[in-house]
Amino acid sequence: MTLLEFKDLHVTYTGSRGRIPAVRGVDLKVESGRTLGIAGESGCGKSTLAMAVLRLLPKSAEVTGEILLNGEDLLTMGWGRLRAVRWTGASIVFQGAMHSLNAVHRIGRQVAEPILLHEEGISPNEAAERAEALLERVGLPSSRARSYPHELSGGQRQRVMIAMALACDPDLIIADEATTALDVMVQAQVLQLISGLVTERGVGLVMISHDLSVLSEVCDEVAVMYAGSVVEQGPAHEVFANARHPYSAALGAAFPVIGDPASRKRPGGLAGDPPDPVRLPDGCAFRPRCAVAVERCGEEVPALLAVPGAAGEGPARVSACFVAQEGEPVVV
Amino acid sequence: MTTTTPVSPRSLRWARRRQSFTRSWNAYRSQRTGMIGLFLLAAIVILALAAPILVDESQLSVTQATGGRMEPPSAGFPLGTDEVGRSILALTLWGARLSLLIGLTATVVAILVGTAIGVTAGHIGGWYGWIALRFSDWFMVLPSLVVAIALLAVLGRSMSTTILVIAMVSWSGTTRLVRAQTLTVQARPYLERAKALGAGHWHQMTKHILPNVLPLVLASATLLVPSAILMESSLAWLGLGDPNVVSWGSILNRASSNGAVSAHAWWYLLPPGLAILLVVLAFMMCGRALEAVFNPRLRGEQS
Amino acid sequence: MSSEARSSNEEPSSGSAPSSAAPVRGEKSLTARDLRVEFGLPGGRVARAVDGVDLDVAPGEIVALAGESGCGKTTLARTLLGLERSTGGTVAFGGEPLRYSTKALKAYRRQVQLVLQDPSGALNPRHTVYDAVAEGLRIHGITDDEPGRVADALSRAGLRPPEQFFLAYPHELSGGQRQRVVIAGALVLRPSILIADEPVASLDASVRGEILALLLRLKEEQGLGALVITHDLGLAWSIADRIAIMYLGRIVEQGPVEQVLTAPRHPYTRALVSVLPGAPALKEAVPEPIVLAGELPDASRIPGGCRFRPRCQEVAAGRAAEVLHRCESEDLEILGPESAPHLVACHLDRARREDARDGGARMAV
Ligand SMILES: Nc1ncnc2c1ncn2[C@@H]1O[C@H](COP(=O)(O)OP(=O)(O)O)[C@@H](O)[C@H]1O
Ligand SMILES: Nc1ncnc2c1ncn2[C@@H]1O[C@H](COP(=O)(O)OP(=O)(O)O)[C@@H](O)[C@H]1O
Ligand code: SF4
Ligand code: SF4
Ligand SMILES: [Mg+2]
Ligand SMILES: [Mg+2]
Repeated sequence: MTLLEFKDLHVTYTGSRGRIPAVRGVDLKVESGRTLGIAGESGCGKSTLAMAVLRLLPKSAEVTGEILLNGEDLLTMGWGRLRAVRWTGASIVFQGAMHSLNAVHRIGRQVAEPILLHEEGISPNEAAERAEALLERVGLPSSRARSYPHELSGGQRQRVMIAMALACDPDLIIADEATTALDVMVQAQVLQLISGLVTERGVGLVMISHDLSVLSEVCDEVAVMYAGSVVEQGPAHEVFANARHPYSAALGAAFPVIGDPASRKRPGGLAGDPPDPVRLPDGCAFRPRCAVAVERCGEEVPALLAVPGAAGEGPARVSACFVAQEGEPVVV
Repeated sequence: MTTTTPVSPRSLRWARRRQSFTRSWNAYRSQRTGMIGLFLLAAIVILALAAPILVDESQLSVTQATGGRMEPPSAGFPLGTDEVGRSILALTLWGARLSLLIGLTATVVAILVGTAIGVTAGHIGGWYGWIALRFSDWFMVLPSLVVAIALLAVLGRSMSTTILVIAMVSWSGTTRLVRAQTLTVQARPYLERAKALGAGHWHQMTKHILPNVLPLVLASATLLVPSAILMESSLAWLGLGDPNVVSWGSILNRASSNGAVSAHAWWYLLPPGLAILLVVLAFMMCGRALEAVFNPRLRGEQS
Repeated sequence: MSSEARSSNEEPSSGSAPSSAAPVRGEKSLTARDLRVEFGLPGGRVARAVDGVDLDVAPGEIVALAGESGCGKTTLARTLLGLERSTGGTVAFGGEPLRYSTKALKAYRRQVQLVLQDPSGALNPRHTVYDAVAEGLRIHGITDDEPGRVADALSRAGLRPPEQFFLAYPHELSGGQRQRVVIAGALVLRPSILIADEPVASLDASVRGEILALLLRLKEEQGLGALVITHDLGLAWSIADRIAIMYLGRIVEQGPVEQVLTAPRHPYTRALVSVLPGAPALKEAVPEPIVLAGELPDASRIPGGCRFRPRCQEVAAGRAAEVLHRCESEDLEILGPESAPHLVACHLDRARREDARDGGARMAV
C-alpha cells in the first residue's frame, strides 16, 4: 500500500537574496514496511522535503503540488486533522534533535507528553508506563525515565528522540540525518534499532542522509537529490555500487569501500562548489561540475527517465542524465 | 569575493580596514535613531568647539559682566543672565566644552583601565584573574559619592580629581563586560590555532581578543559618556567640582545656591539642564545603534 | 634552525621535494613514548584521557588515529603539539624531547602544525584570508616576501589564483575553501609534520575527497608527514599508510592500513570494521555485523585488566574462556610504535597466535 506520496512538489523560500527554489518538482512514493533513502549534499533540499510533510516549513515558504499520506492530501488538510497526523500519522527525528530535549524535564515526562496529548482517556500513570516501555524498546533501561537530558550521552539522547517519535505509533517515520552526528558504533546501534522497527511493525521509513553508503545498507530504495530535484532513483545497493548519474557516482565515491583496492589511497569526491539555488545554471543543474557533460546538457533540462541496462527485478532505475539515458558510462 | 590584486601587505591591510569600516558604516546608517543621535552629537560638539568664536571668553568673567542680576531673556541676553549678570547662553556654550571634556576623558580612562584589566583577567586567568575580578566587584559596589568625597578631601577639588573619581567608579563595568567577552573569544578554535602557530600571549590578546572585544567596548563607551557627564554634573551640583571652571553642573549648582528656584528664574535652570539631557540622549542613541551594529556581527559571524 | 637551512627548506615546492612516498624516519619525525595525560576532576577523580601511548609519525607518511569520540584522540593531538602538558612519558621531535619554554615551543611549532576540525571556527571572522595565512609568518618574524609566501601557501593548498582570495573573509568562502585556508596557514611555515584533528568531519561528503586528496598530494609531492585523527575508518582507507586504533586512552591495534582494516585482530577493531556499510571484502574477515552494546566508559573509570573487557564480544560469547582470567586481571603492555608489524593488545589474540605457532611446529615435526 502506498503510504506517502509526493506529487510534483515544489517549495520556494523567499529570503533576503530573493526567491530560493529549494525543492523543484519531486515525485516519490513510500510503501508501508519499506525504507526510502534520500541522499544529497547539504542545501539540496532534503530537510525542506521532510518538513513539508508535516507542514513545519516557515511562512516564507511557498508550497505547490501534493503530499498524500494514506491518500489524504497533507497540504490542504485542516489544522485539527493535521495535529492528529503529526504524531499518529507521521513523525520526524531531526539531526541534532537530541539538543531539542527540554533540559529541565525528566526524560520519561517528555516521552509521555505526546501520548497524553493524543490518546483519549489515557491516565498519566498509563502514559508513564508506556514511556518506560518505549525507552526499553530503543535500548535504554526504563530507569532512565527519571534522568534529565544532560545525564545522557549524545547517542542515548538520540534514542530518546526516536522513542518520542514512536510514542503514538505513527505509520511513517522520517529520520533526517538522525545518525550523522553519532559515532560509528552508536550509529550502528541506532540503525539496527530503526531497521528493526520497520520489519517488525511495518512502518514506512524515509531516511535522509548525505552518506550514501549508510543508505545503501539500510534502505530498500534510494533517491539522490541535487539542487532540489531527484536526479537518480533505484534499488539502494545498485545506486551505490553502479550509479547511473554522475552526481550519485561522485557521492558514492566519497565513501570508500574498505578492502576495495580501487579506492585505496584514492579519495573520491567532486570538484567545485554546491550549486547556488538562486542562480542555477541553464540546462542540467549539475553541468558545471560534470565530467561527462555533452553539448545538449547546457540547453535542456534532463527529465527523470528510465535508463537502459537496468531492466530486471525490483524498482525501476531512473536517472535525469542525458548521457546515462543513452546507455553511456557516467564516470570517466 | 573580491578580485582586486593589490599586493603589498600595507595596502592590503588598508583595503581590508576600508572594507570593514564601510560595512559597519552602512549598517549604522540604516538605523534612524543612531543617525539622529549622531547629528545631535555633531551639532553639540561643533557648538562646543566653536564657543570661543561665538562668545568671547571675557563674558565668563564675573567682574566684566554687563547684564543685571538674573534678568529674564531679552534681545541682548537671549537666555537671560545669572546672579552676577553673565549671559546664560555664553555660560551654557562654554559649559559644554568642560562637560564634554570631563565626560570623554573620564570615559577614556575608565575604558582603558577596564579593558586592560578585563582582557588580562580573562586571558591569563588563574590567581591574577580571580583577584582582578574580586577587585572590580569591590569597585562596582563602592558608592560613588563616598569615593568622591573621600578623594576630594585628599586631593582637593580640581578637574583632574573629578575625572579620577568618575573613572574610578566606572571602569569595573567595562572590566566585567570585557572579561566575559574575552572568555568567549578565548574558547574559539582560532585561538587554539594561533597557539599552535606559536603565538604568545601578546599576539593572542592584541590580534585576536582585542579586535573581537573592541566593538563591544566602543558601544559600551558610548553609553558610559552620558553617565560620566551626569556624574560630573551631580558632583558639580553638589559643590564637589572644580570651583574655577564653568560646566553645566556648576551652572546648576550656582543657580540653586543663589535661589534661582525660588526666584522662578527658569532661564537659569533650563538651558544647562536641557543641554545635559540632550547630550545624554544623543550619546544613548548612538550607543544603542552601535550595539545593534556590532552585536549581530559578534553573534553571527563567529558561530 | 639556521637561516641557510631554512631557505633551502623553503624552496618552492616542485623541484626539491622528495618524490617517493617512503617515510623518512629520524631527523624530523615526531615520536611519543609511554605518553600519559591525566585531568583532575571535581571530587578527586582522575580522568586518564591518554593512558600510555607510543606513536611515531615521520615525514612522508600519513598515520591515521581512529577511535570513538571520548577515547582521547584530541587530547593526544594537543599533547603532541605541546598545547597540553603530558603527565607522563615523552614527546620528542627528531629525537629531541619537547621542552616547554616559550622559545623551544616556538621553534617546535615551525616543524609541527595543526589543522582543526571545524574550519569555520578555526578562522578569526575579522581576519581576511591573507591575514589568516600570514599569521604564522608574523608570529615567527619572517618578513621577507610575505605576499609571495602567502600566495605560495594558498596555491599549494589548492586555492588558485591565490591573489583572488587575499581579501576575502571566511564567511565569504565555502566550507572546503575555508579548510584549505586553514591548511595553507599551517603550510606557510613549511612544517614537516601536520596534525589534523578530524579535518573533514564538518565538511560535506562531496568536498571531503578534495581535502583528503590535498593531504595525500602534500605527502607524496612534498614529503609532508601527517597524523590524521578520525572516527571514520573509510578516511584511513582513503589516505593513510598506517593506522592506530585507540580505545580509552590506549592504542589497542596498529599496523599497515591494509592489514588492520582487512584482517582486523583485536575484538574492538573487528567490531568497528564489521559495522561499516557495504564492504564485501570484509565479509570474509568478519562475516556478521558485531554491534557492541553500551558506550565507551568514562576516562575516569577505566576497567582493570583489559580495558575493553566489559564490552568485549569474545568474552560475552564465551570464546575467551581460556584467557578470561588474564582479561580480567592483567593489563596489556603498551604497543610499540614500529611501523611494519601488525600489533594487537589482546590476550586472546596472543593465545591463538601461540597455539597456531605451536600447532604449526608440531605438524612440522
Ligand atoms: N527558512 C529558510 N529560508 C530561506 N531559505 C532556506 C530556508 N531553509 C532552507 N533554505 C534554503 O533551501 C535550500 C535547501 O535547504 P535544506 O532543505 O535545509 O537542505 P538540506 O537538508 O538538503 O541540507 C538551501 O539552499 C537553503 O539555504
Ligand atoms: N580539559 C579536560 N578536563 C577534564 N577531562 C577532559 C579534558 N579534556 C578531555 N577530557 C576527557 O578526556 C577524555 C578524552 O577526550 P578527547 O581527547 O576530547 O577525546 P576524543 O578527541 O577522542 O573525542 C574524555 O573522557 C574527556 O571527557
Ligand atoms: S545531463 Fe549532462 S551535465 Fe547533467 S549529469 Fe548528465 S551528462 Fe552531466
Ligand atoms: S584481552 Fe580479553 S577482554 Fe580484552 S579484547 Fe582480548 S579477549 Fe577481549
Ligand atoms: Mg538538512
Ligand atoms: Mg576530538
